[in-house]
Amino acid sequence: MPADSAPTGADERLKTEPFLARLMKRPELGAIAGVVLVTVFFLIVADPAMFTLAGVLNFLSPAAQLGILAIGAAMLMVGGEFDLSVGSMVAFAGLVFGACVVTFGMPLILAIPLTLAFAALCGAFNGQIVLKTGLPSFIVTLAFLFIYRGLSLVGLKWATDGSTQLRGVRDAVEGDVLAPLFSGDAFPGLFVMLAEAGLIDTFKNGMPKVQGIPVEILWFIAVALVATYILLKTAAGNWIFASGGDATAASNSGVPVRRVKLTLFMFTAACAALVAIITVLDSGSTDARRGFQKEFEAIIAAVIGGCLLTGGYGSAIGAFFGAIIFGMVLIGLTYTNIDQDWYLVFLGGMLLIAVLFNNMIRKRVTGER
Amino acid sequence: MNTRTTHEPILHMENIEKHFGNVIALAGVSFDVAPGECHCLLGDNGAGKSTFIKTMSGVHKPTAGSIHFQGRPMSFDSPRDAMEAGIATVYQDLAMIPLMSVARNFFMGREPTVGWGPLKRFDTETANRVTMEEMRRLGINLRGPDQAVGTLSGGERQTVAIARAVYFGAKVLILDEPTSALGVRQTANVLATIDKVRKQGVAVVFITHNVRHAMAVGDRFTVLNRGKTLGTAQRGQITPDELQDLMAGGQEMAELEGSLGGTV
Ligand SMILES: Nc1ncnc2c1ncn2[C@@H]1O[C@H](COP(=O)(O)OP(=O)(O)O)[C@@H](O)[C@H]1O
Ligand SMILES: [Mg+2]
Repeated sequence: MPADSAPTGADERLKTEPFLARLMKRPELGAIAGVVLVTVFFLIVADPAMFTLAGVLNFLSPAAQLGILAIGAAMLMVGGEFDLSVGSMVAFAGLVFGACVVTFGMPLILAIPLTLAFAALCGAFNGQIVLKTGLPSFIVTLAFLFIYRGLSLVGLKWATDGSTQLRGVRDAVEGDVLAPLFSGDAFPGLFVMLAEAGLIDTFKNGMPKVQGIPVEILWFIAVALVATYILLKTAAGNWIFASGGDATAASNSGVPVRRVKLTLFMFTAACAALVAIITVLDSGSTDARRGFQKEFEAIIAAVIGGCLLTGGYGSAIGAFFGAIIFGMVLIGLTYTNIDQDWYLVFLGGMLLIAVLFNNMIRKRVTGER
Repeated sequence: MNTRTTHEPILHMENIEKHFGNVIALAGVSFDVAPGECHCLLGDNGAGKSTFIKTMSGVHKPTAGSIHFQGRPMSFDSPRDAMEAGIATVYQDLAMIPLMSVARNFFMGREPTVGWGPLKRFDTETANRVTMEEMRRLGINLRGPDQAVGTLSGGERQTVAIARAVYFGAKVLILDEPTSALGVRQTANVLATIDKVRKQGVAVVFITHNVRHAMAVGDRFTVLNRGKTLGTAQRGQITPDELQDLMAGGQEMAELEGSLGGTV
């Protein structure tokens, strides 16, 4: 739509804020700064192999698995709620998926939608309890952290006659047309071509050392893009910010707050199910311990990504970078002489810094002193 | 200057009663407001002002009495009903979200969209442009449409809320004590905003317990006391002191009978 009004002096005010000042107000700023810092750190102390193509993909894979959860968590946090059950949901959805594929012999075209729908249903159940009772989602989903984990253990033993692992997924999906979408490496042909052109490292026999991009990385990027698009470019995104910022004010202004929150709970659980599907296909088995404590890492990544614990503010791109920081440190430490258990110290430290930083940003955005 | 409009009232409330259990909050209040008019509702705390406007805006159903809107009897089931009919209320808490930008707040719940199907997206360009235009019209120059509402002063926030209500087609704009928490300059801004909105032809119901604020913009003044009207006076027919005394409990009522047109 062309602007019909004649330019007036006041219009210039639109552009007076310098680019840097605008950047300083973006919620994902902290996470991007974090990525830069961590990269510089490992460039100095780590074996240079970390930043070869193979090394980068090596830390992006775990980052992607965490990141898909973190983006779900971030969306929900912007909407003003928590879900502490996503880690357990990974195991629970993994059990459902494994049972569909192995026990009932379903093709992926049935098993995948069924698993996603089942998880969304669990998410809706979480959400309904939170919305109906008005209890904090923190407590309700903490209960489900234990319930889903317990159900996964019991269910797996029941499905396998006493084991907490269900094997045989790889055989069951052998030759399934959908399998390459959710497991293995993407674009193998491209990487062979790159190897032949001498653009990437090869083994002695001329095959590329890296056979493709692990599919979870592509899913990670796709989920981040979709979530960012929804948050920043759609009406629903405005509803999410509003619902998390002040549910009463949003509701008074006509935002369907309950529907928004319910959908977010479903989305978060579906993200957990996606991670479950990818990891189960990847390892060929499902395990009741899968996703253990991932809810905390996901929330930390979301907070590093700029989400406020009070809701109404945050970013999916921020959570994306937050998860990459995790992957870099987790894997990066193996390229150094540093004791790996520093990872936990790092985790807590990062969380603390991020919360302090976010608080500062929030004050800057609201002009609060 | 006589600003009493010659328009027919757009909203007419007749003998409104509202009981909460044993509490009689309103004991028969009549009131009307015309397009382009600012009708002030005054009264001490607990007089029933908020309860009265809540029957106007669909929050409460009156226990007795009738409401005519644009000449037809009306009964609103919810604030949404009233809002859709064109009766908007700006509450003290303003229904605004400090962390969100002015433009996002302005269109919250009523976002303009472009595109189709899954590619239907929030038309930020339109939202930004309209927000800047509407705010400028009411004399507020934002730094930008993405400025967070939290960075605005109390008076500017009131103006955003008023601008939003008017933009979305409010024919009757109800303001419940918009100036009570504001400093002098902020108050002046809000009063100026009320004046501009009235000149656009909106019927304004302005609740306050500050006589000077009422006198600054009001065309008519109705005083509530313990759920009853003490009468309605037109601008120019009552002095601030008389209005003040009336609010203070009506000791001077006898003296005022004449000036209030015998409605006491
Ligand atoms: N929901 C309610 N339930 C019971 N009593 C109420 C309710 N709302 C208002 N009241 C009573 O009605 C009277 C008028 O209140 P209100 O309209 O808020 O006065 P004002 O806005 O003029 O200060 C008060 O005595 C108040 O306690
Ligand atoms: Mg009141």
